[in-house]
Amino acid sequence: MDDAILDMRGITKRFHGVTALENVNLSVRAGEIHAVVGENGAGKSTLMKVLSGVYPHPEYGGEIRYLGQERRFSGIHDSEQLGIIIIHQELALVPLLSIAENIFLGNEQAKHGVIDWTLAHRKTRELLAKVGLKESPATLITDIGVGKQQLVEIAKALSKEVKLLILDEPTASLNESDSDALLELLLELKSHGIACILISHKLNEIAKVADAITVLRDGSTITTIDCRDRDVNGPASEDLIIRAMVGREMADRYPKRTPKIGETVFELRDWRVFHPIHTEREVVKGVNLTVRKGEIVGIAGLMGAGRTELAMSVFGRTYGRRISGTVRMHGRDIDTSTVGKAVAHGIAYVTEDRKSLGLVLDDSIAHNTTLAHLDGVSRHGVIDEGREFAVANDYRQRLATRCAGVHQPVVNLSGGNQQKVVLAKWLFADPTLLILDEPTRGIDVGAKFEIYTLIARLAEEGRSILMISSEMPELLGMCDRIHVMNEGEFVAEFDAGEASQEKIMRAIVKAGT
Amino acid sequence: MEQTIDNTSGAAGTRTGHFLKQNLREYGMLLSLVAIMVFFQVMTDGTLLQPLNLTNLVLQNSYIIIMALGMLLVIVAGHIDLSVGSVCGFVGALAAVLMVNYEWHFVPATIVCLVVGALIGAAQGWFVAYFHIPSFIVTLAGMLVFKGLALALLNGQSVGPFPETFQKLSSGFIPDVFGGTDLRLTSLLLGVLVVLTMVVMAWRVRGNQQLHGMETEPMVLFASRNAVFGMILVALSWLLATYKGLPNVLIIMFVLMVAYDFVTSRTTIGRRIYALGGNEKAARLSGIRTERLAFYTFVNMGVLAALAGLVFAARLNTATPKAGLGFELDVIAACFIGGASASGGVGKVMGAVIGAFVMGVMNNGMSILGIGIDYQQVIKGLVLLAAVCVDVYNKKK
Repeated sequence: MDDAILDMRGITKRFHGVTALENVNLSVRAGEIHAVVGENGAGKSTLMKVLSGVYPHPEYGGEIRYLGQERRFSGIHDSEQLGIIIIHQELALVPLLSIAENIFLGNEQAKHGVIDWTLAHRKTRELLAKVGLKESPATLITDIGVGKQQLVEIAKALSKEVKLLILDEPTASLNESDSDALLELLLELKSHGIACILISHKLNEIAKVADAITVLRDGSTITTIDCRDRDVNGPASEDLIIRAMVGREMADRYPKRTPKIGETVFELRDWRVFHPIHTEREVVKGVNLTVRKGEIVGIAGLMGAGRTELAMSVFGRTYGRRISGTVRMHGRDIDTSTVGKAVAHGIAYVTEDRKSLGLVLDDSIAHNTTLAHLDGVSRHGVIDEGREFAVANDYRQRLATRCAGVHQPVVNLSGGNQQKVVLAKWLFADPTLLILDEPTRGIDVGAKFEIYTLIARLAEEGRSILMISSEMPELLGMCDRIHVMNEGEFVAEFDAGEASQEKIMRAIVKAGT
Repeated sequence: MEQTIDNTSGAAGTRTGHFLKQNLREYGMLLSLVAIMVFFQVMTDGTLLQPLNLTNLVLQNSYIIIMALGMLLVIVAGHIDLSVGSVCGFVGALAAVLMVNYEWHFVPATIVCLVVGALIGAAQGWFVAYFHIPSFIVTLAGMLVFKGLALALLNGQSVGPFPETFQKLSSGFIPDVFGGTDLRLTSLLLGVLVVLTMVVMAWRVRGNQQLHGMETEPMVLFASRNAVFGMILVALSWLLATYKGLPNVLIIMFVLMVAYDFVTSRTTIGRRIYALGGNEKAARLSGIRTERLAFYTFVNMGVLAALAGLVFAARLNTATPKAGLGFELDVIAACFIGGASASGGVGKVMGAVIGAFVMGVMNNGMSILGIGIDYQQVIKGLVLLAAVCVDVYNKKK
């Protein structure tokens, strides 16, 4: 291809004999948005690290041609000089510095080491205007949301004369409207001739903006789909991409269920929660909720709607202050004021942030599995290691967790398998009500299906499930009933049959005005 | 995360080799202690392991080891306690005032001292756990406060001597029922008994592990480790038996060591402390009462610091305002040499004990060799740094 800005040929990368990339090709044309998709572990991030020079030249095989020349980057600095900027999933911003300070971090607008703040702030204002962010350059990063932080990262990239922008899962933690704004911005940048490599799990977004899609699987290029004829052929079909990603036909993305719904198990009446710091702000405003036996109830809503806050305030008051309302289990009022009491009453909460809130990362699978219910493997406070091992192994098999053994530290597991360990931990506590907060965030398509199947099985066993998710298709595919939450209130409720993405979105938008 | 490929290490080497590699840290620590002992044994022409010196070695390090047990829990829980040296000195001073100035019997005095230690730990623990002030700051304050209070209590002078019964805590030896003079048979038999019990216990644990299909230590390693360990213990107790027998404080130390090892590795409390240090938020969301747990690790530390203060005072037979000075550094160093992580969640009791012995043997050996206190400090500092470097290097690999 002649108009290619980047041409990676036959890239091969091995770690201690384990092949991470095998003969991968990736070609990006000038001014196009090129999506790279693949399951977790397919090699997307490794490929980007090769491109950006994190793995310097002789550590990989193959050839990188960029701007018409062969390049051998010896570090990230080399690639940045030539306008290749990578924005990682975990943003690299310093929370307690201002937007301007962050944008020019390492590239300060200084003479003889003295920073010219007027210049820096003027330039920052220009950059912020370009990315459409209305914030003062002096605002601290910690005071703005993740969506805006993402824009700051892009502004930072623009300040470095970016020619090829690499975004690693930019919308993973953004809500719908922020995601849309970001995608619009990418299209805008494209019109200015900036090429972009977009790594994402969200196929609907890719279908919307990508000009080409390269699918990686197990470290190899499977196919590159050209989408430029989108207007003629229609957007690339999601099924086609998924098939290429997982290498198998995926007839259903959600398991079939025949719900057997019983009597009401869990009830929440007039639940009110106030913000822990801004104590006059009501975060959850009088929510009423029931979950029945064997039922999966979803809570839809945008980020910041108060869903996680609702769940955590019920679960041992781990969020919020001045909490009021009643919690009932099997028709009796219960006290859930500490995690211990909540667990004793059969409530379990699987956090949305498994790494920082769900797992002791350096500890083993076995130890993490039993952590919430040590009494189940101990007598008089003495742990029976053998029993613990047996329990952990049992859950490992039931959940098909892929690992070398239950003594392996969870830090080495992939996202999907880590999530299974968190689930195992709470299943071992034998909950009546399982609250799942974004249960498939950052998990690849194949592992998602396994998690869905597991959730369906749990409901079939007669457990009640409350599922919080920002992915509407997932709620629609799994739930028997969906509540829509907005600004701390339930604004709509749909049965599985009548719910649709449009209806949910409309309920949110209508409540907002 | 893309690079989280299962690192099932290939079937490189035998199972024994594989197991050794995985547990390099524990075996490595023990081997380096043995190596250091052999080194000084040779360098000092056999003085190191002479019964008299061996007895001294135990007595000199007993209070460091006692405190290291508590410090390990504090460090594993993700905190630090800088006040232990001062608390140690303060409690020693308190004991002297009670027993010497007020002529209390040593039993109530000891109890009061241990309770005061617990209260000191509770006060500091309250600020750390419930008031969320960094432990570094709270215990730095405690270090100054109790150093000052010790000085005030003693009016800046040494107070002593202690009643003879109290001195026995440190300078006494277990009585010999057989009335032997050349060889204290009771001490030797006790040593042998302990070794046998340990082997039987280890065997039962191993059996339980196998019952549940766990990967166990290969037989070769299990047997040789227990044999070597047992022989060393028997040899040491024989050496001690040829002098005056087992020191009382060694018995106290040994019981505490076994108890803390058991608590940390086998009980729910221990497991919860590791979880607390590994990820406090995740621990709290798993129903662990993290604040109370952190509080109790400090209470425990206070009691052990008080006990160490008593042992130290009894050994010197006098309480001085300078007692306990700098102990916290040796105690913390012992934990880190023993493999504890400064960020919490990692560390073992036996590691801390071995770490303390590494420091102790080096102190003792270098003193015998006539190396000045100046270079002793330098060498100890470098050893601490080297031990932690090896840890970090192994982790990166």
